[in-house]
Amino acid sequence: MTPHPSPALIARYADLEAELDEATMWSIEIHLEDCADCRTLVAGSTTDDTRALLARVAVGVDHGIAAGPVPARLRRRPATLNRWLVWHLVPWLAMTVTVLGCAVLLEALTPDLPSLVSLLAPVAPLPGVAIAWSRRHDPAWELIAGTPAAGLTMLLRRTAAVLAVVVPALALASSRTGISLALTLLPCLAFTAATIALGAWVGVRLAAAGLGIAWALAVVLPTVVTAESPWVLQPGSSGGWALLTLALAGFAATRANDFRRLSSHN
Amino acid sequence: MMRTVNAAETAPTTYPWAVHAEGLRVRAGRHLAVNGLDLALGTGVHGLLGPNGAGKTTLMRALATVVKPAGGRLTILGESVDGRADLRRVRRGLGYLPQQFGFYPRFTVREFVEYMAWLKEMPKAAVAGAVQRAIDRVGLTAKADARMKTLSGGMLRRAGIAQAVVNDPRVLLLDEPTVGLDPEQRLDFRELLRDLGVDSSVLVSTHLVEDVVAACTDVIMINEGRLVHQGTPETLVAQGGQGDAGDSPAERGYSALLRRHRAEAGR
Repeated sequence: MTPHPSPALIARYADLEAELDEATMWSIEIHLEDCADCRTLVAGSTTDDTRALLARVAVGVDHGIAAGPVPARLRRRPATLNRWLVWHLVPWLAMTVTVLGCAVLLEALTPDLPSLVSLLAPVAPLPGVAIAWSRRHDPAWELIAGTPAAGLTMLLRRTAAVLAVVVPALALASSRTGISLALTLLPCLAFTAATIALGAWVGVRLAAAGLGIAWALAVVLPTVVTAESPWVLQPGSSGGWALLTLALAGFAATRANDFRRLSSHN
Repeated sequence: MMRTVNAAETAPTTYPWAVHAEGLRVRAGRHLAVNGLDLALGTGVHGLLGPNGAGKTTLMRALATVVKPAGGRLTILGESVDGRADLRRVRRGLGYLPQQFGFYPRFTVREFVEYMAWLKEMPKAAVAGAVQRAIDRVGLTAKADARMKTLSGGMLRRAGIAQAVVNDPRVLLLDEPTVGLDPEQRLDFRELLRDLGVDSSVLVSTHLVEDVVAACTDVIMINEGRLVHQGTPETLVAQGGQGDAGDSPAERGYSALLRRHRAEAGR
């Protein structure tokens, strides 16, 4: 803020008759834009004529407001809704929830086979995360890629939107089929963190696809063939999954800068 | 509609050019679309001309920091953007309208421009006024609360221009902004360009040579990823003679330059 002008100068500024050179007038006006105290001084130094004029204008404005239409409340979607809800994800999330529902039904029909829900739990968020950060599925991707907000924070925000749907669905599915909650949720979170960490290198879409295929070949296929519960999903392994999640999340946080650019993978 | 100007905006700049590229190389897929381009853009409206496939869109994407350059040096607003630089500060002063402008159909125009203003990390208190000002400048005030899927092509383009100028960027990149605009809207757009070019650096890529001559202070022509010509529109006109193809002096100058550059490249 520029230094306060002296009260005599302010009185000369407020006086209509007094001549003030332009430079002084501009510097006083710039100061008045920021300083409320000096503005009250100007208001105090106004002449009676000016005050009468201001009073007339105020009365006229009040009349105009009273005579005009009643102000109507604007019904608009709050802006924060647009930031957190990623609308183009809705079909993919619906598919994920439906697949989990089918897994619950199948498990109820064949109780002696290894749990389908716990096999599907790690890969459940992967389609959502892949689509959330994909050039082909987000119509405004090129616009978003050039903004300051594009980066790990935005990816995490969209991943949170995905998890906000997938985690309750998994919790419901595991409570219906009687599997422990930790055993379905922790692998899910671990795979999400792994997708983001790997995505810093090869792109989130490729990372999600790779992890999904790797899980299917390494764990799901042998389990389906041999009809035995896999060792990675034994009841005691939740500690290991939790540690893995934390390690991957920490690692992803260190690679935050890699998400600032649109590369050919993303 | 006026807005207040703060001290940071009127402070003198410490860099010579808003956009400075030296030997820039940028890939589009596997093809090296921009191949050794030297460019220096100051304040004003710069028209970017060139045949299809010359690398205009790739150059715009590199300047918008959307793709990373494969080689050379690129400095935008005094900061280097080719290496592992912090892009947030540069991107706050950028405005970009891509050629394939994607949008969310269920957003209204105002919601869309507000969302982009939030993405550009504008201070919250300034967003509402800036959004209204941007919508007024492009002439979409009547359609501000209409959903984007109900807009025609020209109005969509104007909504795209509104989101590009909402943060009053110092470097504005417009890729084919006049696609779909009728002649009257193109005249309004030229007025807007002249207004924008007063205190920011605007790069407009277009195929319409008359738009360039009418509204631009500087014409840049590229072909096959290299700079062919940079100068005022009069110098472009001076390049052409009666024997060259074209219906206007500028078009004749354009085809003369292209012919000469192709002949030199072939040699």
